[in-house]
Amino acid sequence: MASQKKKLTRRKFLLGTGAVVGGGLVLGYAALPNQTKDIAAKYKGNGQVLSGWIKITADNKITVIVPHAEMGQGAHTALPMMAAEELDADWDLVSMEEAPGMPEFANQPLAEGFIVGDKLPNILAPLINKAFYSITQAMDLQITGGSTSVRFTGQYGMRVAGAAAREMLMKAAAKEWDVPLGDLSTEKSHVYHRASGRSATYGSLADAAAEFDPNPTPTLKAKADHTLVGTRTVKRLDVPSKVDGSARYGIDAEVDGMLYAAIARVPVHGGMITSLDDAAALAMPGVKKVCNLGYAHAVVADKYWRAKKALDAVDIEFDGNGNEGLNTDAIFARFARDLETSELEYDIDEGDFSTASGRLVEAEYAVPYLAHACMEPMNCTAWVRDGVCDVWTGTQAPLMARTAAATAAGLEPEQVTVHNHMLGGGFGRRIHAENDYVAPAVEIAKMAGAPVKTIWSREEDMRFDEYRPAVVSRFAAKLDDSGKPTAWQNRFSDKREPVEAPLIPYAVENQSIGYVKSQSHLKLGPWRSVDHSQHAFFTESFIDELAHAAGADPLQYRLSLLTDAPRHAHVLKTAANAAGWYTGVKDGRAMGLAVHESFGSIVAHVVEVSVGGNGMVQVHKVTCAVDCGEAINPDNIESQIESAVIYGMTAACYGEITIENGQVVEGNFPDYEMVRLAEVPGIDVHIIESGAPLGGLGEPGLPPIAPAITNALYVLSGQRVRKLPIKNYEFAATA
Amino acid sequence: MEFSLKVNGETRVVDVEPDTPLLWVLRDELGFKGVKFGCGVAACGACTVHMDGTATRTCVYPVEAAAGSDITTIEGLAVDGVLTDVQQAWIEEQVPQCGYCQSGMIMAVSALLAETPNPTDEDINAAITNVCRCGSYPRIKKAIQTVISERGAA
Repeated sequence: MASQKKKLTRRKFLLGTGAVVGGGLVLGYAALPNQTKDIAAKYKGNGQVLSGWIKITADNKITVIVPHAEMGQGAHTALPMMAAEELDADWDLVSMEEAPGMPEFANQPLAEGFIVGDKLPNILAPLINKAFYSITQAMDLQITGGSTSVRFTGQYGMRVAGAAAREMLMKAAAKEWDVPLGDLSTEKSHVYHRASGRSATYGSLADAAAEFDPNPTPTLKAKADHTLVGTRTVKRLDVPSKVDGSARYGIDAEVDGMLYAAIARVPVHGGMITSLDDAAALAMPGVKKVCNLGYAHAVVADKYWRAKKALDAVDIEFDGNGNEGLNTDAIFARFARDLETSELEYDIDEGDFSTASGRLVEAEYAVPYLAHACMEPMNCTAWVRDGVCDVWTGTQAPLMARTAAATAAGLEPEQVTVHNHMLGGGFGRRIHAENDYVAPAVEIAKMAGAPVKTIWSREEDMRFDEYRPAVVSRFAAKLDDSGKPTAWQNRFSDKREPVEAPLIPYAVENQSIGYVKSQSHLKLGPWRSVDHSQHAFFTESFIDELAHAAGADPLQYRLSLLTDAPRHAHVLKTAANAAGWYTGVKDGRAMGLAVHESFGSIVAHVVEVSVGGNGMVQVHKVTCAVDCGEAINPDNIESQIESAVIYGMTAACYGEITIENGQVVEGNFPDYEMVRLAEVPGIDVHIIESGAPLGGLGEPGLPPIAPAITNALYVLSGQRVRKLPIKNYEFAATA
Repeated sequence: MEFSLKVNGETRVVDVEPDTPLLWVLRDELGFKGVKFGCGVAACGACTVHMDGTATRTCVYPVEAAAGSDITTIEGLAVDGVLTDVQQAWIEEQVPQCGYCQSGMIMAVSALLAETPNPTDEDINAAITNVCRCGSYPRIKKAIQTVISERGAA
């Protein structure tokens, strides 16, 4: 057996940045020698861990260790594909394993010191230093979010790891056969020496290969040589377990002797329990304990149903912390007031709006709070005993979950083990912006002195989400005689991230984009595409209003202003051509479009809508064009765009969390309606491989769908939807 | 209170309160974790199983009403490890994303196609009201058509 002889000769770091959700986090990758050892020790088993994330066993099977969670976005397949491609692996022998929640796997694509050399984006260069490494550790990375898995971990990690491992295997064969490295080739997990007819499996070479140092800058395959990446031959690895009921989500965790808990937060957000009477609940069958967490109460019982029934028998009184009187109108009034009175911070402040000449056009938009409504309600199983804590859950950020659990258990993070599971939906909800499901579950388990699975009811899940922020956004523009905007002014009521969300691709000389900080008592968190979900609706509605004010075709108007954004223009044209773009109303239908860049990808949607006899808006067809640079798994790209379109349609048409008396009104699907099968439009996806750096795909399909629909509704009805959701408007039937 | 349930061809005895929803009995007493909790009010369909062949949402279905019925869960669809054509179509069309709703979807679609071998779009829209937050609906539609056309050709 090879020892841990590999020495890291370069302390180099790769850092990806930007669009990572959750409190301004920066995504970082780093590697230090001790981590390498830890990873190898953890994963060696009966195989060799080559280049960090690739394990090869003697039976020629390859396991790719993926430091991201699977929540339906396909990372558990796309990342192994990228490693297997460079490795020339036999895909049928490739499997994947999710990395455990350990700092050693903190989104480090280059676990053995690989660097990307000239591929590192310039803007990241200043961040590469050791000090930053500590910061990334402290920030608890290993996040699945920001549409980053493929474009960072895959591109800068998996590809390099795969290519380096292949080199090591070839070197081992060259040494054993005493032939020049250049005479060797690889195919389907074998090394070949064609001249002599010799061949060997990767599995048989793995031990010898581990003696070589991995090359941090191996040559990557040319796109034309790809046999997996970019093809439709690969089926997702997680799908079979999702059709026979065997996939295991957090809610399916089982621990010997496990009890169940049901939980109820204080109904008024921000409120605390002032008194609790548990006598009736404790007398109910199977009830073991009633927990007062201050902000919530919970009942622990031997069966979930017993816990849930007893929960209602607990009598609490609470103090609403002054929030009892809040309602939705008051919250939006606060945003409006703060927009007038609070000091602005600027994203851009160039030129002078007041002196710019032209006709003034103004509009105000608003979007509501939104719940994530993951299909799997929040849940977490925890067990605190003898100075250790185990947590079984589905999380997008295992290290943040670990820290949250440690704090709740009164332990150090190193004493906590997070067993991550499949996620029954993530969408940003399972990133722990507020640590609101792992921490309570750990507190409850600690109080109970036993392993406890805490399950949120749908109502608790929906009424105590970390909501997509509600925002008010005001615009003013000036149009010259030709209708072209000479000045663009935007003021909005809250900002989180990513910073670039409100920026426009259009060439407008004078631009001022600024915001105030105005929020309510609700907890907020990242929601699929984060701030892009609001700002694409705002900016793509307003540019559409300007087009109509100018008497121009919304497509041609945008194109005339995309002079500095050729990729946007190409995406928009592609979608418009594919959709058969037309203006005006045709057979009771109309088209609308929108284009928006997020997470490195540019997406345009063209939609065709009508209003049915019942007054219901019908979206007939969505034609999408997406420029994500390069397509890794085309079938899954289509799947993610379909997904984002439908998630965004639900938000645009129905999504609205409202507040009365400080409490969230909507509690379950009947009052927080979803797009269902009957309403789903035809969705036609056109992938553009522009060769630009890899873009993300989990989120970018979402932002432009809402404005595309409302822009179409304007053409159809003359009514401009400036405040989502669409369900609050009435439309006359057109078809 | 004891109840005798026939699940996936096997008779099992459980000791629970009579009002316990069948969902929790299947999951926690009998270990059929493929049956999923989604809403608790029969609005999303994640908990769908077959009761005597009929698609039934179990999160509001008291166990006492289930005794005597022939219950099939997602785990009981495959025969001798061979997936049904519906399950195979789900793989072929790569339907699932997060996958959490798919047990219920597959059970609902299987029941529909057993009852109505050639459903119209309206039949499908009316019968398949399960919620999928990942938006796998376009592929569900495709997979249903795949099954219909393959059964027609068989």
